[in-house]
Amino acid sequence: MGNDNLKQSTRAKGEILLEMRGVMIEGESDDVWHQIVKGVDITLRRGEVLGLIGESGAGKSTLGIAAMGFARPGCRFNGGSVTFDGIDLLAATDEERRKLRGSRISYVAQSAAASFNPAHRLIDQTIETATQHGIRDTSSAVADAKDLYGRLRLPNPTTIGSRYPHQVSGGQLQRVMTAMAMSCRPDLIIFDEPTTALDVTTQVEVLASIRAIVEEFNTAAIYITHDLAVVAQMAHRIMVLRHGKLVEEAPTREMLAEPKEAYTKSLWAVRKLAKEESTSPDLILKVDHIDAAYGNAVKILDDVSISVPRGRTVAVVGESGSGKSTLARVVTGLLPPSKGSVQFNGRDLPSALAQRDKESLRRIQMIYQSPDTALNPRHRVYDIIGRPLTFYHNLRGKALEARIIDLLKMIELDETYIDRLPGELSGGQKQRICIARALAAEPDLIICDEVTSALDQIVQEEILKLLLRLQAEFDISYLFITHDIATVRAIADEIVVMNQGKVVQQGLKTKVLSPPHPAYTELLLSSVPEMDPDWLTNLLQKRAAKTK
Amino acid sequence: MTLFIVSIVIFSLVEWLPGDFTKAILGQAWTPETGAAFEREIGLDQPPVTRYVNWIADVAQGDFGESFASRVDYRRTVAELIAPRLANTLFLASLTAIIAVPLALTLGIMAALYRNSLFDRIVNAATLTTISMPEFFMAYLLMLFLSVKLHWFPGLASVDADTPLPERLMRCALPTLTLTLVIVAHMMRMTRAAIINLLASPYIEMARLKGLSKSRVVLRHALPNAWAPIVNVIAFNLAYLVVGVVIVEAVFTYPGIGQLMVDAVTSRDIPVVQACALIFAATYILLNLTADIISIATNPRLLHPR
Amino acid sequence: MAEALTETKVPRARRSKVAAAIRELKKAPWSAWFGLIVLTAYVLVAVFAGAIAPYKEAEVVGDSYMEWSALYPLGTDQLGRDMLTRMIYAARNSMGIAFAATLFSFMTGGVLGIMASILRGWFDQAISRFVDALMAIPSLIFALMMLSILGPTAINLIIVIGVVDATRVFRLTRAVSMNVVSLDFVEAARLRGEKLPWIVFREIVPNILPPLITEFGLRYCFVFLTISSLSFLGLGLQPPTADWGLMVKENATLIIYGDITPLLPAGAIALLTVAINFVVDWFLHKTSGLRDGQ
Repeated sequence: MGNDNLKQSTRAKGEILLEMRGVMIEGESDDVWHQIVKGVDITLRRGEVLGLIGESGAGKSTLGIAAMGFARPGCRFNGGSVTFDGIDLLAATDEERRKLRGSRISYVAQSAAASFNPAHRLIDQTIETATQHGIRDTSSAVADAKDLYGRLRLPNPTTIGSRYPHQVSGGQLQRVMTAMAMSCRPDLIIFDEPTTALDVTTQVEVLASIRAIVEEFNTAAIYITHDLAVVAQMAHRIMVLRHGKLVEEAPTREMLAEPKEAYTKSLWAVRKLAKEESTSPDLILKVDHIDAAYGNAVKILDDVSISVPRGRTVAVVGESGSGKSTLARVVTGLLPPSKGSVQFNGRDLPSALAQRDKESLRRIQMIYQSPDTALNPRHRVYDIIGRPLTFYHNLRGKALEARIIDLLKMIELDETYIDRLPGELSGGQKQRICIARALAAEPDLIICDEVTSALDQIVQEEILKLLLRLQAEFDISYLFITHDIATVRAIADEIVVMNQGKVVQQGLKTKVLSPPHPAYTELLLSSVPEMDPDWLTNLLQKRAAKTK
Repeated sequence: MTLFIVSIVIFSLVEWLPGDFTKAILGQAWTPETGAAFEREIGLDQPPVTRYVNWIADVAQGDFGESFASRVDYRRTVAELIAPRLANTLFLASLTAIIAVPLALTLGIMAALYRNSLFDRIVNAATLTTISMPEFFMAYLLMLFLSVKLHWFPGLASVDADTPLPERLMRCALPTLTLTLVIVAHMMRMTRAAIINLLASPYIEMARLKGLSKSRVVLRHALPNAWAPIVNVIAFNLAYLVVGVVIVEAVFTYPGIGQLMVDAVTSRDIPVVQACALIFAATYILLNLTADIISIATNPRLLHPR
Repeated sequence: MAEALTETKVPRARRSKVAAAIRELKKAPWSAWFGLIVLTAYVLVAVFAGAIAPYKEAEVVGDSYMEWSALYPLGTDQLGRDMLTRMIYAARNSMGIAFAATLFSFMTGGVLGIMASILRGWFDQAISRFVDALMAIPSLIFALMMLSILGPTAINLIIVIGVVDATRVFRLTRAVSMNVVSLDFVEAARLRGEKLPWIVFREIVPNILPPLITEFGLRYCFVFLTISSLSFLGLGLQPPTADWGLMVKENATLIIYGDITPLLPAGAIALLTVAINFVVDWFLHKTSGLRDGQ
């Protein structure tokens, strides 16, 4: 801690590298220009890492690229200045800017898979910046790239460069891209959500190697993300952005210890929710020794057994490829299992959707991850909520309308929303409508498939609270599929941990979350970033000690 | 494989669709007896599968059977009819392709690189207009202005085997020009769309953010990935050329296979129609196949499997 | 109270739609305006052909190849029929047949495409392979072959062109519909236990309509050009029916004498297709823009 403070203070003395004053950027959509970034100031010193945090549409990515004097096609600067090491980037010629890019300011993109040219080997793309800017000759650039691969802890650093982008994993690609950005030893690197697309266990490794290399070369960085816990590990100072404006700016520890703005506090609201767990011997759903596969391919689910007590929430946790969504498809009947059975309310459910009767369909409802695709964009709220009411309960006319308004009130929307199309609603409102559609059927069990992961933090909290309230009111059971441990803490009674199609562990929440853990649960839980700037350092030390 | 299916389709169409073509061919001489005799003579009394096998075996050896229409006075095989005309058509089509492909690609790539510039707008408007015109309208316009008014080129393109090359080129000028205009318009628009699509990909943005020069971004990062779409555009348009040839040959009375087919359709000379259709389809399939092979051969994912 | 709500609701939605349409029209570029006006004019001429035309469709009114005059505004054709009259009737014939053929192709290709995207499996495989085979034959060549067997009557023309075109419509509909079928709201409807007709007509069709309408415009142009080409080759509409393609063929000799009259029908075709292209371009821009905005 003392050591860390020292480091920060020496860095703060470094000269000013980047100065952005009152930057305004506007973007065009449908022939109309609207402001994306509304006058933001950024000052960055040599060797300093600045975290830019905000939710989708906050303009953080646009602002990050603006630090290179670049505006994406369809965007343009309309005010302010960007000064990099004494050079006015907005007044500079294209050629002057081009020479800075890659050599003194470089960029690491979110989607490594799409940002590498599929036609060239990794090594050729890594050294291209250095050779093209005339900083190194080919052979020394290759040697340097291999050295960087090693420092970034890539496997087989001497040979991995001869591969093509589609031949290596996402986490490795992200590190190769960091090596590429580092190849000219730039003064500044922009990291644009470099770990957002990765699983948590992979994320830890990438974060650790990025942090180490940035520190080693004393490179200044702007780290863009929506995840406060991640940025806390990486940045010396954090800026919170919302709607293209600065909300709050403070050194990392100060920001985490005492955030000033209500909006900043709301960013980790979900982490403060914690449901009192309880269980019940009355089982609503029992999945018994299920095997499932798509076509004749490899098994996605391998001997999976879980049970859901009535009126409780069972959270299924796992990374991509764990089979958690496939489990949902088996329960709904979309994918008949190759072995095993599903019992609902004590009776066997037919395995295929087509054989299930209307009554059992009504009792199991589903809410999806992305409310954008879960609602038909051409149906009004009236039709969306009204259809299950007519379909299952045969409501029509005035009774139907009254019931729809009832349901709207249950999800905390007023009756004026009845005429709206999904396009006229916000993300959170859409998800509420999805919940109302499920409620309309009056189900016993609702399967929630990552229902909060596409939403902003503050909206996540509201939706989780709503789900909890509805559970208490109507004694509904949830099968809650998620990859996010904070969400699990907030809503679950019981937890099922899945990995590669198998159940690793299941039981009451406190039992699963407290040690001793099976190896995979341990890895998964320890990889989830926490709101503690020392979390990553401590974790790495702990893991290093263990391997010794 | 596709060609096999197509040959079946072409054959069975003739087979199962109701067409009392014996009546049409024999005309005044038709009676139930002569009709039946004619059917026997051309083998229509045998089961369809046998006839298909015979037909396809003959076709494989270059024997398309005998023309119906020519049988009254003297016998002529379909192959005999087609061969010189096929050569003429191929001459016209290759001449067009040689001019049109480089021209269209250059224009298309330029328009994509200088998107929304004045050049782009003009080329766009011009090609949209060209696409909207029927081929024969274009053909007659050119004939009217370049031949009738200005007397630059001959209006009709009647050539035979003895026409010397310079003369032949001169006579083919208008048909080639017409086809070129039509093909260039289509090809240029598709090239432009393909390149614009390519330039929007994240790895091109990455290349720009790496501070690479514009020429390097285009030559090193865009071009290697552009082969597949460009080859597809070329193949598609050369296939389109095959169709355009039919109309243009009719306008300029150029003795090619397209005109032969039109004449054969008018006189319901089925073996000739079958043969022509098969040749056109084969060209079409061959072109698309070549494009597919090149796309696969330039796809790094398939070239370097995991 | 509830009644008052339902009563005002529907008109409110409808009125705003009309208002939105007018707003869009005001913002439309000149090319779209030009296209719309030309298109409307064509449709009016086609619908009221009988009332506008000075003579009867196949009536011989004078000598062949007469000059333009007050009596015969565009002169007469090779048989001495009034050119203007035939132009007007041709508008009705050509546009009508092209419309029927396009409609036919959308009925068959569209329905099969949606079915294939929902049912998948062998049904999709069988139709897709069959369509692949048909598409391996150039469409004009295929049409020529079919017509050589069936004979060139108006009905056959509609069916043949319709079938040829249906392959393209099938591919597009299948692709667009596949995208929609894979969305969660369709799955939600299936989980609810909805029957096939509901899923097709309430969930899928409203969402694939904009691209299909655009495609209808482009296909119509294409069909129109194909039919004109066939007529020009003498294998489309048969005389004495008036058709623009046919009229060009019949009077082509005049061009050698530098007379532009035979080019008028061809120009009429070009103008129509340009107009449709303009409108479609605008529509495309509008619908894709709206999608971005959401």
